[in-house]
Amino acid sequence: MPLRSKDIVCQQAVELMVEYLDGKLSRRDRRRLERHLRACPNCSAYLAQIRATVEAAGAVEPDDLSQDAIDDLVDLYRKWRAEGPDEP
Amino acid sequence: MRGQGLIDAFVTTAPALHDPLAATAAVRVSSTLRGVESDAELLERLRQGDEKAFVVLVGRYHGPMLRLARTLVANEAVAEEAVQETWSGVVRGIERFEGRSSVKTWLFRILVNRTRSALAQEYRSGASRDPGQALDPACFDERGSWVVPVEPWEDDAVDRLDASARSATISCSLEGLPTRQRAVVELRDIAGLSGDEVSDLLGISRGNQRVLLHRARNALRAALESEWAEAE
Repeated sequence: MPLRSKDIVCQQAVELMVEYLDGKLSRRDRRRLERHLRACPNCSAYLAQIRATVEAAGAVEPDDLSQDAIDDLVDLYRKWRAEGPDEP
Repeated sequence: MRGQGLIDAFVTTAPALHDPLAATAAVRVSSTLRGVESDAELLERLRQGDEKAFVVLVGRYHGPMLRLARTLVANEAVAEEAVQETWSGVVRGIERFEGRSSVKTWLFRILVNRTRSALAQEYRSGASRDPGQALDPACFDERGSWVVPVEPWEDDAVDRLDASARSATISCSLEGLPTRQRAVVELRDIAGLSGDEVSDLLGISRGNQRVLLHRARNALRAALESEWAEAE
């Protein structure tokens, strides 16, 4: 398929992916990227992998705090409350 | 146990804690507790001096803040101190929170301000640098096409890694990332801040944020791919 001036190549498609996933691309760039994705199995596979990675990263649970750590913070909380607000 | 009263007080809002098998786990602020109330509601209760609201907020954000602090400062003790100072700033400065940003952004902003170190300077000095490209140009040929075809993952590839293996892979891979990439991906994909919030917080350009995020995601993607390949 001949490359039209409004078409983009894989390297350009990859540059647009973060903003595409954020929903921040201009309409023109979104259309160009989506047209490229429809024609390019490599880029559509790559984008699917990035999506899955973002999802996996979002599911990472922070380490649970130990009871001692919570107790220490609660003690500090009481102390900070007793000290009153910071000076602005 | 000193904190048991506090934990007991949560039982009405966290049915999972009734499970006797979870008794030992109950001393931890579980993910169930992290999701019960909105941040804004918790902050309002905290404003009124509600200690339980403080514990829930700690359960929700202490871990993510500590992760970020470890990226911003080299020393574990300094990272822990920075997070503790952040909580102090929250409790003692709560009247100054005007709600113009989300509670989460406010917390991370306090933390970043508390870790203004040589490393933090590095983030700001990167603001005017050319952000570069999202992927190594060597991945593409002279026409801009992939040199090595991208092998699609099977639909459930990631799901087939159990959750703890997946988390371990991501966490391990995060530790190996360059600090700027790590900070951005921690804030974007783990803490859930927006691109604009992260750019403002770290003092980097929007373009820089985008490139750092993509590189970090690509590194995590590669780590998941090799973990998945090993699990086959």
